[in-house]
Amino acid sequence: MSAHDPNLPAQAEQEPIADPGLEPHQWRPTDVDPKAEKRAERQVAALFGLSALSAIGFVVAYFAIDGGTENPTRFGYLGAQNIALGVLLGLALLLIGIGIIQWARKLMGDQEIVEMRHPAASSEEDREATLAALAQGLEESGIGRRPLVRNSLLGAVGMLALPSVVLLRDLGKIDIPALARTIWAPGMRLVRDVVGTPIKASDLEVGDLVNGLPEALFPTPENGYPAEEAHGSKLQVNKSKTAIVIVRMEPDEIIPGPGREDWSVDGILCYSKICTHVGCPISLYERTTHHLLCPCHQSTFDLGDSARVVFGPAARPLPQLPLDVDEEGYLIARSDFTEPVGPSYWERG
Amino acid sequence: MSSDTSKVASSNGKTAATPSKPSKGGIVANWADERLGLAGMMKKNLRKVFPDHWSFMLGEIALWSFVVLLISGVFLTLWFKPTMAEIVYNGSYDQFRGMYVTEAFASSLDISFDIRGGLLMRQMHHWAAMLFIASMMIHLLRVYFTGAFRKPRELNWVIGCLLLILGTLEGFTGYSLPDDLLSGTGVRAADGFIKAIPVVGSYLSFLIFGGEFPGDDIITRFYIAHVLLLPGLLLALIAAHMLLLVYHKHTQWAGPGRTEGNVVGFPMLPVYAAKAGGFFFIVFGVSALMGGLMTINPVWKMGPYDPTKVTAGSQPDWYMGWPDGALRIMPGWESEFWGHTIPWNVFLPIIVLPGLMFTILLLLPFLEAWITGDKREHHLLDRPRNAPTRTALMVSLMTFYGLMWAAGGNDIIAIKLHLSINQITYAMRVLVFVGPAIAFFITRRWCISLQRHDNDVLLHGYETGIIMRSPEGAYAEKHLPIGEDEAYALTARDREPDLETIETEGDPSDDGRAAKLRRKLRALWYADNVQKPTVTELEASHHHDEAEHELAGALDGHAVDGHQFDGMHPVDDEPLRDKH
Repeated sequence: MSAHDPNLPAQAEQEPIADPGLEPHQWRPTDVDPKAEKRAERQVAALFGLSALSAIGFVVAYFAIDGGTENPTRFGYLGAQNIALGVLLGLALLLIGIGIIQWARKLMGDQEIVEMRHPAASSEEDREATLAALAQGLEESGIGRRPLVRNSLLGAVGMLALPSVVLLRDLGKIDIPALARTIWAPGMRLVRDVVGTPIKASDLEVGDLVNGLPEALFPTPENGYPAEEAHGSKLQVNKSKTAIVIVRMEPDEIIPGPGREDWSVDGILCYSKICTHVGCPISLYERTTHHLLCPCHQSTFDLGDSARVVFGPAARPLPQLPLDVDEEGYLIARSDFTEPVGPSYWERG
Repeated sequence: MSSDTSKVASSNGKTAATPSKPSKGGIVANWADERLGLAGMMKKNLRKVFPDHWSFMLGEIALWSFVVLLISGVFLTLWFKPTMAEIVYNGSYDQFRGMYVTEAFASSLDISFDIRGGLLMRQMHHWAAMLFIASMMIHLLRVYFTGAFRKPRELNWVIGCLLLILGTLEGFTGYSLPDDLLSGTGVRAADGFIKAIPVVGSYLSFLIFGGEFPGDDIITRFYIAHVLLLPGLLLALIAAHMLLLVYHKHTQWAGPGRTEGNVVGFPMLPVYAAKAGGFFFIVFGVSALMGGLMTINPVWKMGPYDPTKVTAGSQPDWYMGWPDGALRIMPGWESEFWGHTIPWNVFLPIIVLPGLMFTILLLLPFLEAWITGDKREHHLLDRPRNAPTRTALMVSLMTFYGLMWAAGGNDIIAIKLHLSINQITYAMRVLVFVGPAIAFFITRRWCISLQRHDNDVLLHGYETGIIMRSPEGAYAEKHLPIGEDEAYALTARDREPDLETIETEGDPSDDGRAAKLRRKLRALWYADNVQKPTVTELEASHHHDEAEHELAGALDGHAVDGHQFDGMHPVDDEPLRDKH
């Protein structure tokens, strides 16, 4: 094989069985029997005809079937109109496809033909001619002889990368310290999410889990929080950092973290709801074990033990929100979270 | 090559098309050719030969589903509003009326409920995306298992891999657009992935989201990537993929008259134009049926995205499942030093691992060529069994993929099979390493025994299922030789190169580490490979068989199918042997 030109196709050496050559062509019934041929012709035309009927049916279904408000909920939310349109459009297309393929299989010539291959590489003459032309062109440009021109051009074109990268700078305002703070502030009430009602410590039973948010996301004239933090993307940003779960357990079941002895109120604890893995909100709670499971990647946190990771890919406990009660008995935050909420990042420290 | 068309259906016409006066078509063709010179190019390509095999259709599914995606996608853009501006939903879906939602979500609901045919197009678009990615993957496996990636087609393999990863990104940006709870959860996780990248992660996150997550730019940015940037790249690469296919001519299976030097099949016009064109309508039609009959991504059930909410069983679309599985089974490792954090638990499985796997995929053709030292062009396909190490390598990668994918559904497995999610996760951590190794070993040995079986068939014929008893009372199964065409196809494959010759090729004194590793890998690559029989072996076995036939000759001539003796027929008159 050493003498073999690498650009030529692989050649078998002495074959144990000689190539018998192409099989002889077999005539099809439609080639030799005019009746079969006519039948195939009618089949193909019938398929095309049915396709046309389906297309007309599609238009009828579009206008005739009630697409009103209750329609989409029929048939398991598929909707009567959607089913009719899908089936009729599907048939209109499929029947054309089947018809064409039937035509090709039964009526078009079916003789296999042979074409010779050529090496993918160009011929030696072509290569030489190309190289000569290239060399001549380069020579005439003087790119080899004038390094000053060449290098200054390369430098200038390279420098163009700067404007194109710099232009992207304003894609977003970068405020990395913002990742480490939320709108939680000393004295801010904890409220139930969705409804926004404050939570009385005495209303929580042992074993309860409440999904909460800061009161600032439900601004009213009475509480005086600014409305702009609670709408549009501001609201979404705030929600994605301030969401909490509030649980109550028997005080003797709590293993308080160092320095966190006074962060709970009568066995009521509050943690960030945002998983420290990649940021899913968590709330699958098992009250007997105080385990909180993230439905995205199954990280499990022990809420009785400073939300320590007991299972799964998360590396950090959920940040804990220090709690207190105000004079009316409602739960309030003593401060913001003491560490960044959500997934880890380079500057988190 | 001229073909005998004497009997081709008469409806096709028997006389050559030589009209006495120029037809209208002729006038148009002349006008175009005088300006474009098309005839020169088309004379070669109109009757270009494509070989026939069902597996060559897989890539075609990908091509046509991409066309369906373009068509249905354009329809969707007419109504979809790619903005996160907050509005009050006022469409026909009761549950959300009066709620604050983004325009993207509201217009997704409008397309589903208030635009006739909108839900159909949305579902068709999503189903076609599934078909697109699935068929690309299966096409990739077909190309790999049959060795169609070998010289001169390595670059087309690379283009195909790029198409796969761009298609995956296209899918992710697409299913994130409706801004529903599930897709928003996916984007939330993606933000976590980006933040996990050391040094630049947080900056990237702020730049991509236009500020702090989720910001109000991401849908608009995904949209332009999804409808312009990525499809543009896909289209350009698909064009290059097809051009190279035409230039290289399609590979074919070995068989009578089919050699490395030719291509045997049907001409583009009319047969392949019709079959491929017809197949486009079939892929389109199947997408329409799926869109009409099978619900996919019911965004109205998820509700709008809310960073405080999540649904149980949050899974990405299936093709994103395997890195998600890696993310799930990764232990919670994280490093902190000098005030910096590297979350290995996210960075390794979701950023490093997919990049690594993709690089391996890209390099497979070059890796194999480097190990085997094979620099020849290949146009005949290999049967997977005839390249045991190659086949085993891909099965091993597939096993890794499959296990990771299963790990991505560990919660579903736990619920459906009543297993402990912890135990599944621990088991998966081991299985993703052990499974591929076992799969490699089993596949390799399996291929080798299939090769042996092929040789048995060649040397001793196929098993007829007829059991014969000799006068001495010994039982033997009767073997009959296979047909010549079949026997030729079985033997039309490469003989293993002489390892000694290759080793001395190039610089025999090259004792560098790379050369040594290469020699070692090459020996492993071909180890235990079974060669096709030589001419002498074949002749020897035929002589042997003839002798056996003479011995068994007396037993021939009476085929007993055995049903006579099933206890339900009278057998008194049934002769056990023909009367000679």
